[in-house]
Amino acid sequence: MDGIPGILQFRARFGRQTVAYPEGPARFPERFRGLPVVDPRAGDGGRAGAAVCPTEAVRDAGTPGMAIDLGRCTFCGLCEEASPGAIRFTRDYRISGRTRDSLQVNGAAPLLAAALDEKARKLFGRSLRLRQVSAGGCNGCEAELNASGNVQFDMSRFGVAFVASPRHADGLVVTGPVSENMREALLKTWEALPAPRLVIAVGACACSGGIFRDSPVQSNGMPGVPEIPVDLWVAGCPPHPITFIDGVLRLLGRIEGDSLRLAGTGIVEPR
Amino acid sequence: MTTRVLQAWNGEAIEVGDIPVLPVDEFQQIVADAVTAGARVSSYAGRRDDERTRVTAVLADDAQGRLGVLSCRVGAAWPSLTSECPSIQAFEREIFEQFGVKPEGHPWLKPLRFEPPLVAGVDPWGRIAKPSTIPGDYPFFRVEGEEVHEVAVGPVHAGVIEPGHFRFQCHGEHVFTLEIVLGYQHRGVEPMLVGGPDRRTVALVESVAGDTVVGNAITHANAVEALADFQIPARASVLRGVALELERLANHVGDLGMLAGDVGFLPTASYCGALRADFLNALAEICGNRFGRGLVVPGGVRFDLDAGATARLAEKVAKAWEQVDGATRLLFESPSVRNRFDGTGVVSRDTCTELGLVGPAARACGVSRDVRRDHATGVFRFLHVPTVTGETGDVFARAWVRRLEAERSAEFVVRQLRALPGGPVRTPCPLPRPDRLVVSLTEGWRGELCHVVETDGDGSFLRYKLVDPSFHNWMGLAMALRGEQISDFPLCNKSFNLSYCGHDL
Repeated sequence: MDGIPGILQFRARFGRQTVAYPEGPARFPERFRGLPVVDPRAGDGGRAGAAVCPTEAVRDAGTPGMAIDLGRCTFCGLCEEASPGAIRFTRDYRISGRTRDSLQVNGAAPLLAAALDEKARKLFGRSLRLRQVSAGGCNGCEAELNASGNVQFDMSRFGVAFVASPRHADGLVVTGPVSENMREALLKTWEALPAPRLVIAVGACACSGGIFRDSPVQSNGMPGVPEIPVDLWVAGCPPHPITFIDGVLRLLGRIEGDSLRLAGTGIVEPR
Repeated sequence: MTTRVLQAWNGEAIEVGDIPVLPVDEFQQIVADAVTAGARVSSYAGRRDDERTRVTAVLADDAQGRLGVLSCRVGAAWPSLTSECPSIQAFEREIFEQFGVKPEGHPWLKPLRFEPPLVAGVDPWGRIAKPSTIPGDYPFFRVEGEEVHEVAVGPVHAGVIEPGHFRFQCHGEHVFTLEIVLGYQHRGVEPMLVGGPDRRTVALVESVAGDTVVGNAITHANAVEALADFQIPARASVLRGVALELERLANHVGDLGMLAGDVGFLPTASYCGALRADFLNALAEICGNRFGRGLVVPGGVRFDLDAGATARLAEKVAKAWEQVDGATRLLFESPSVRNRFDGTGVVSRDTCTELGLVGPAARACGVSRDVRRDHATGVFRFLHVPTVTGETGDVFARAWVRRLEAERSAEFVVRQLRALPGGPVRTPCPLPRPDRLVVSLTEGWRGELCHVVETDGDGSFLRYKLVDPSFHNWMGLAMALRGEQISDFPLCNKSFNLSYCGHDL
C-alpha cells in the first residue's frame, strides 16, 4: 500500500513504543550494570578490583572506607570480575546526585538525587528547556541524550526538552571532560542562558574527566570549571536514557522516594 | 609498489627494523606514484626519532589486499605532496602541527585540530603565548564581493551534537564554499596511549568515538594480538563480527531516521529512532552496555551467550529488521523525500578517489572499497558480507547504500547467531613483543578504522596512530556543499554523519 494509507497501516502495526516508566517498570537487559553494592568486608575488600579499574574509581580498597566513585566509574564491570563479593553491580538505574561527593558509593544504600527547593520547582517543575553542550564528549552521552527525546523514552511528556538556543533554555547539560578547545564556548553558552538557570553534568567525563582524566588538554570535567555551578551530576558511561530522565525528574520533585521497579526478565530487584 | 616498500597484510606484525628508511625524495616519489596508480593512503604519521621526525606511510592496495609500509626521516621542512595527492592534505597538516615539519608549498596549510605540538619547542603556527580559542585564530578562505556574505555556524550547534565550526561563503542561498574547522573535541588520546598497554588502554580506545566503540575495540584488539603472535578462539571471532555488524545496523538505521527527520518525513524519523534501539539493546543483551563497551578485549570477548540467548537474540534482530525494512520502504517510496534526496550534495567519483574517501560515503560514489572484503580479518576471512555501491554520489546514494548495507548486516548477524562455533570466547593474550609494528584495519560503520601501533624495545607502545574514517571524509562534505543551497547543509551533513571526536582525537 502506498502513500498515506501505507504509512497509517505501518503505524497501526508498529504499535505504542513509549516505555512504561515511570508509571510502570523500567526494562533493562539482565547484564545491565547500574548502581554497585560495595562490601569492604567481603572477598578481597576490592583490592584486585582497584588494580584493574581503568579510571581509579575504586578508592581505599582493603579498608572499611572502600568506596566506588561513580563520577569516575565507566561501569565496565572489571572490578566485579576481579573482586567478587566486595563489588557487585545491580541493575538499579538511579545513579545521579546533587553534589559531586554524593557519587562516592559505599555500602548498599540507594543513590537518589534530592529535589530542588520549592521556588525552583515552581519555576522549572512543569517545563524545563535544556541546552546541551558537548565539550569533548565522545558522542556516547550525546547519543543517549538524543535517545531520551525519541518516541521510546519521550522526555517531552514530562515537559522536558532540548532547545536550539541558550536564550530559550532554563538549563545547561554538559557532556565531555571539557576540552581546552571547548572551554570558552562552554562558558559563553553558560553566560547566554538567562538566570535562574540549572546545570546538569552528564557522564563520567563531565563528572571527573572520565577516562581522559589528567590529560593536559582537558579540564577533568565540570569540577575543573568552577565558574559554572552544577545542580545535578549524572553518572554513567554513557548514562542510560532512563538514568538521565530519572535524575531530572527527581531534581524537579516529579519522582520521590525509593520505589524501584525493574522489569525485562520479570525480576524486581530487591534492595 | 616496489621492493623499497615492505609488504604486509592487515593485522600482520612486522619487525620495525625491516621497514625501509628511505631518503625523503625517494619516499615521496613512491607515495606519489602509488597514489597515482590507485593506492590509498591509510596512514601517514610521524614520531620523534633522534631530533628528526620519522614519518611512516601505510599505502593500501585494495585490489591485491596488500599494504605497503615505508618510512623516512625528515627535518624541519619537506616539499608538500598535497597538490599532487590531495588525499594527504590533512596528514601533512597533522605532521606540521604535531612535529613542526613544514610542508613547503601546501595549498591549505591551516591548523588541523589546534593540538599542542608533541615536541617541545617553537609552535608551528608561531603563536607566542598559549593559542587563543578557535575559530578566531583561523585564516578563513574568503570570497570578496559586494553581495557575497559569510555565514558562521558553531562550534555549539542547534541540536544535541558534537562541536565543530562551519564557515560558508554565500551569494544568497547559493554556497560558493564551505570551510570546516575542527579540533574542539581534542582530548589528547594518542599521547595517552603511549607507554601502554595498561589498564586504561581498552577504555581509551573505546572512547575515541562513542558511536564506534566496537569497531575501535576490535581494531585495537587485532593489533595487540598480532603484536603478541596470538590467535583468538573461533567463537570470539564470530561474536566480534556480530557485534561489529550490530553497531553498523544501529548507526545506519539511526542515520536513516535522522535523514528522514531532516526532510520533514516524520513517520520514518520516529520509527527508525525507536528501531535503532533494538540493535543497541541487542548489544546490551550481550555485554550490558548499549554501545558495546566492555565487550571486546585482547584475547577475545568478555561475555558469552548460551544457546537460548543466541536464539532469542537472532529472533529479535530478525524481527527488528523486518520493521526497519517497512519503515525505510515508506521513506524511499515517498516522492517528496526522493525530491529532496536526489541530486543533493553530489560528490563525483573522481573527487571521491582524489580525496581518498572511505566507507559508505565512497561506496555511494560507486567506488567499491570495503575493508571486510579487501583486507579481511577475523570472521570476514571466512564469511563474506556483500559490498554495496551506489552510483550517484548524492544524499540519496548515501542513504540507499546505508539501507542496503544494513540489510546485509542483519542477514549476517542472524545467520551467525544461529550457527555460532563452540569453544571458549576468551583466552589470555600475552604482551606485545618488542620492536614491532602492526597495521590494523577494520570496516567500521563510517568506513576504514586504522590503528598503526609500534612497540619499543620493552614491548610498550612507542607510537599509537589512530586514523578515523572521518579524517578522510570531512573534506568530502565540504566538496558536497559547493554550489548547493545553504538550507541543504543539515541534510548533506547528516548524509555523511562524520565523527568530530574521531577526527579530533
